[in-house]
Amino acid sequence: MKFSRAEILLVEDSQEDLDLTLHSLGHERVATDIIVARDGEEALDLLFCRGAGSGRSFENPPRLVLLDLKLPKVDGLEVLRQIKSDPRTRTIPVVILTSSKEERDLIRGYELGVNSYIQKPVDFEQFRKTIKQLGLYWLITNQAPVAGRTARAAGQSS
Amino acid sequence: MFKPEILLVDDNPADLDLTSEVLARNERPKRVSSVMNGVEALGFLRHEGKYADTPDPDLILLDLNLPRKDGRAVLAEVKADPLLRRTPIVVFSTSQAEFDIMQSYNLGANSYVTKPGDLPEFVQAVESIENFWFGCARLPRKEEQ
Repeated sequence: MKFSRAEILLVEDSQEDLDLTLHSLGHERVATDIIVARDGEEALDLLFCRGAGSGRSFENPPRLVLLDLKLPKVDGLEVLRQIKSDPRTRTIPVVILTSSKEERDLIRGYELGVNSYIQKPVDFEQFRKTIKQLGLYWLITNQAPVAGRTARAAGQSS
Repeated sequence: MFKPEILLVDDNPADLDLTSEVLARNERPKRVSSVMNGVEALGFLRHEGKYADTPDPDLILLDLNLPRKDGRAVLAEVKADPLLRRTPIVVFSTSQAEFDIMQSYNLGANSYVTKPGDLPEFVQAVESIENFWFGCARLPRKEEQ
């Protein structure tokens, strides 16, 4: 069976957390393509195929969005709300990856339809283990929505 | 210590037994309940009749093809109910049909895992669900409201 490339959109403004997450994903070889957005607006542009994402298409969405909550320009929960309220993007799996300990954010995230919610472990080893587990689960165990695969199967060879 | 509650909704007794067994094997303490059709699933979640004292599950594993009320209908009802919708639902079905996967996500499924026919792969899938949802994710449990 041939799998489509596992592309992850990582939305993270902290350089330290970004480096750590990229390192862990690379180390565990769970994803081949990682695109990074440093604020909520950039993430929305990439997901809604406009601005910085104008070269992208709704037929090839990321397999997973890893979303921080405290972001410049547009807040993570607002990014989530927009993804989940638009039929073109709502099936994309979104996992919140945050250092927030607020119960409010947790509840609000699930209310808005987040697929899962992870609190970033402070400990480095624990962080790496968490990234590995989430990568294995969302890229291997979980069946991604198939819009992208269908488009490819239909002969999009460019 | 937090002891998660899992609700299994599946009409196949062999699959229910195996899933419960794999979940019980893991060292994390948990309580597993099961129902075998969609009407019972909603009754359980809404504490109706004999389910008056049942716990609110932290995670639901939901098969799609169920008697009395289909898994898709259960998914739609749970995700439209303000009291229930935040509970994560993992669709656990033998169907690999693209339509079923897309429709499940559209109805608000948190995750979709294909139920393997092969025994070792089945065990691995349940272990993976267990590891991620109880070892990695943070669940919106009742006490945290």
